[in-house]
Amino acid sequence: MELPLLVALRDDGSVDPDLDPGFDGDTLLFLFNKMVFLRALDEKAQHLQRAGRIGFYIGAAGQEAAEIGSGFALRKGDWMFPSYREHGAALMHGYPLSSLVGQLFGNSADATKGRQMPNHWCDRSARVVSVSSPVATQLPQAVGVAYAAKLGGEKSAVIAYFGDGGSSTGEFHVAMNFAGVFKTPNVFFCSNNQYAISLPFAKQTAAGSIAVKAAAYGFQGVRVDGNDILAVVRVTRDALERARAGEGPTLVEALTYRMGAHSTSDDPTHYRSEEEVEAWRRKDPIRRFAAYLKKEGVLTDQAEAAVAEEAREEVQRAVAACEAAPPVPPESLVEDVYAEMPWHLKEQQEWIRIPVKG
Amino acid sequence: MTLVQAIHDALALEMERDPRVVLLGEDIGKNGGVFRATEGLWARFGSDRVIDTPLAEAGIVGMAIGMSLSGLRPVAEIQFVDFIYPAFDQIVSELAKFRYRSAGQFTAPVVIRTPSGGGIKGGHYHSQSPEAYFIHTAGLKVVMPSTPADGKGLLAAAMRDPDPVIFLEPKALYRTAKGEVPEGDYTVPLGKARVVREGEDVSLITYGATVHVAEEAAAMAEEEGIHVEVIDLRTLWPLDVEAVVQSVEMTGRAVVLHEAPRTCGFGAELAALIQEKAFLHLKAPVARVTGFDTPFPYSLEKLYLPDALRVIGAIRATVNF
Repeated sequence: MELPLLVALRDDGSVDPDLDPGFDGDTLLFLFNKMVFLRALDEKAQHLQRAGRIGFYIGAAGQEAAEIGSGFALRKGDWMFPSYREHGAALMHGYPLSSLVGQLFGNSADATKGRQMPNHWCDRSARVVSVSSPVATQLPQAVGVAYAAKLGGEKSAVIAYFGDGGSSTGEFHVAMNFAGVFKTPNVFFCSNNQYAISLPFAKQTAAGSIAVKAAAYGFQGVRVDGNDILAVVRVTRDALERARAGEGPTLVEALTYRMGAHSTSDDPTHYRSEEEVEAWRRKDPIRRFAAYLKKEGVLTDQAEAAVAEEAREEVQRAVAACEAAPPVPPESLVEDVYAEMPWHLKEQQEWIRIPVKG
Repeated sequence: MTLVQAIHDALALEMERDPRVVLLGEDIGKNGGVFRATEGLWARFGSDRVIDTPLAEAGIVGMAIGMSLSGLRPVAEIQFVDFIYPAFDQIVSELAKFRYRSAGQFTAPVVIRTPSGGGIKGGHYHSQSPEAYFIHTAGLKVVMPSTPADGKGLLAAAMRDPDPVIFLEPKALYRTAKGEVPEGDYTVPLGKARVVREGEDVSLITYGATVHVAEEAAAMAEEEGIHVEVIDLRTLWPLDVEAVVQSVEMTGRAVVLHEAPRTCGFGAELAALIQEKAFLHLKAPVARVTGFDTPFPYSLEKLYLPDALRVIGAIRATVNF
């Protein structure tokens, strides 16, 4: 069983009218700017990590179309369960840049008090749910949120992101099965970036595609070119609409490529060739979209350079503001474990006040 | 009223009182649960609020977490606590950590109800007492009633609590523990122990099914002239440390009692706390009466479970130290 790969931006520079979301020039440029911004953010964050100014980082280079496109398709009030690589989507859904950069520094600019490593996003007001490191654990939770929305008669959808590696977990199966049975308003968005750290997709599953698995759970699976932002927006928007209309879940598989390392702790030269990376670099979603926009007369070389420069400056401003913040207060170590601090944590809070003799 | 009827009473009353309460689990709907704790609730409150789930514990707990994140008050039933391990990651890495990792932005007030402990000839997989895993996990509260009244009051309190609660129901007591249960709205505050019986010679500290073993042993000791104070912790964590310390300061002797295996069992933590906080009052080492450090046996179940004879042995040893 083979599912077709949905592509809007064709090789000849035209757009498939069946998949064209029909955006005006301003919207197209807005999306382009966000993709460029995400790339600039990743480059800066990686430099910060190399310079020892943040501890760790997980980049999304190569996946900008999947992230920006799917995030753009959401409506305010929809819920998002990102994974650690979906900060681009989270930004599109209202996660403030200042919170994102503050999270990287883990100081008092971090709304989550430095509790987690970088890339563990969270913003209640935007309904961007707190990320954990174990993959795919968010998927059954997303079913619970969607069930609650349905029970409450709320017309909101829930998107949950995961990767090709996550599709091998028990939680993937559990969540797909529950969502199918309860017909919840879920969109499961798989960023199939071809690698789970070092393991290539072909060794993750013998199924050939992730999307095809939806059939086993009784709902629709869609394969989309994840480096084609127009197709990603269209497919995700349609899936969200179906969810809101009570037509149940959709599994979207966005075929893309992780152009960089898994994280700043990883060296991909151990497990893949430069030729392979170079071949995907030619399919870079930003270059591809820029070429289309230029052909349509929406973007010029000059404007493209200006967009990149503005993105770098905006990132720089956020970094400067967050890096200057003081560290998290030591007494916060024992806060937020429970709603009210129990006796044993009050006792342990006293340890913090006793100076350590070295 | 029996313990299982009292549990049912709390669920029904809380569902009536708070429309955010939903129940989910395996066979809890039309069938009313394998122990009948949810009998009739599916017909009364509908299949949207009394939810029969597919057979996957990680899905039950994961889904309950998601429901709680968006404002519902889910009560998940895990059919036997022995089946909770597929959901362990959801409980330990997700449920327990949402408040901390989001600095209070997201909270997960889920109650996980689950029958625990031995005494029903259930072998390895229908008899375990894994409370220590959950007590060890920061962010969880762990509760275990021993009477019908506490079953109702503690469960209602757990369902109104802002934090996730692992609610362990001693299945051996479901139908054997009978007692008066207050009608209507009734809660027993979490974190408060109960003095079951007063005595000035030894503090016998326990919870769940072994409260009844402790009472039996205390009555036997009384005949020997040893006055035993029996404390039912009710909430295992956060512990009512004051009640424990106060009693041991008065008696100078402590026996801790549970079904769970000995090594790194909750009794070890109780013993450590007692020696930290009441060392100068102690006249004897803290004694532990526990299950064995073996998998839970089928045929030798009675030997495995602490009985009044083993407890009285520990009481005597402590008094005669």
